[in-house]
Amino acid sequence: MRVTVRLFARLRDIAGASDLERELSGGATARALWEALASEFPELAPYRATVSVAVNEEYARMDAPLTDGDDIAFLPPVSGG
Amino acid sequence: MAPSTAGRSPILSYMATAPFVVTEAPLDLTPLVDLVAGRLASAPASAGAVTSFLGTVRNENQGRRVERLEYEAYSPLAVKAFERIAAEASERWPETVLAVHHRVGVLAIGEASVAIAAASPHRAHAFAACRYAIERIKQIAPIWKHEFFEGGDVWIEGATADPDDEAARQTALDRACA
Repeated sequence: MRVTVRLFARLRDIAGASDLERELSGGATARALWEALASEFPELAPYRATVSVAVNEEYARMDAPLTDGDDIAFLPPVSGG
Repeated sequence: MAPSTAGRSPILSYMATAPFVVTEAPLDLTPLVDLVAGRLASAPASAGAVTSFLGTVRNENQGRRVERLEYEAYSPLAVKAFERIAAEASERWPETVLAVHHRVGVLAIGEASVAIAAASPHRAHAFAACRYAIERIKQIAPIWKHEFFEGGDVWIEGATADPDDEAARQTALDRACA
């Protein structure tokens, strides 16, 4: 299945792109996607414990199973206000 | 459409009437105050109090001389976070209405990054809801500030965003009611 990845703030700087397309095996979770990205971009690894995820513009859990066409956003710790 | 917005551009009319907004445009509290006061005016108990909060860019952070901030947001999720925060506030303080506008892009020192208005039949609730909103925004709104200071730049990273984290929500409530 194919999914779209959105990265924000420092995560985007590390990956050098705000949007990525990735191919995953069926039933893969958001965490599996994150781990694949962290292998590809090792500087992402320190965010493992603090990253949040949103699937299709809703907050989700890292163990959420993904489906084809999902839009997944990885969010570093926030600092609005 | 209300007569007061006639003749404005569609974008400004939207800005004037939408309660939850992420925008590159400079912020103005007036439409937020009008909006929350107006929404309660038709309720069984009309507003007795309207409070507001404007967060502005400080020229110093942790000993660094800040030159400007660049705000970035995941806008659709940020708007949903504002809606969620308003729902939490009205659950805690009945008949309390919130509006939140957050700016993104390049902000100079002194410019407003966030504008909040709260209306309630009771002043204590209006003050508390306004404080609660800014505390929760800092916890769960997908917005980031990139600080440019004398000699460098850094992404500011605060809270891990988790709307279901009850301990964080309780912290915001405690601060609101302090």
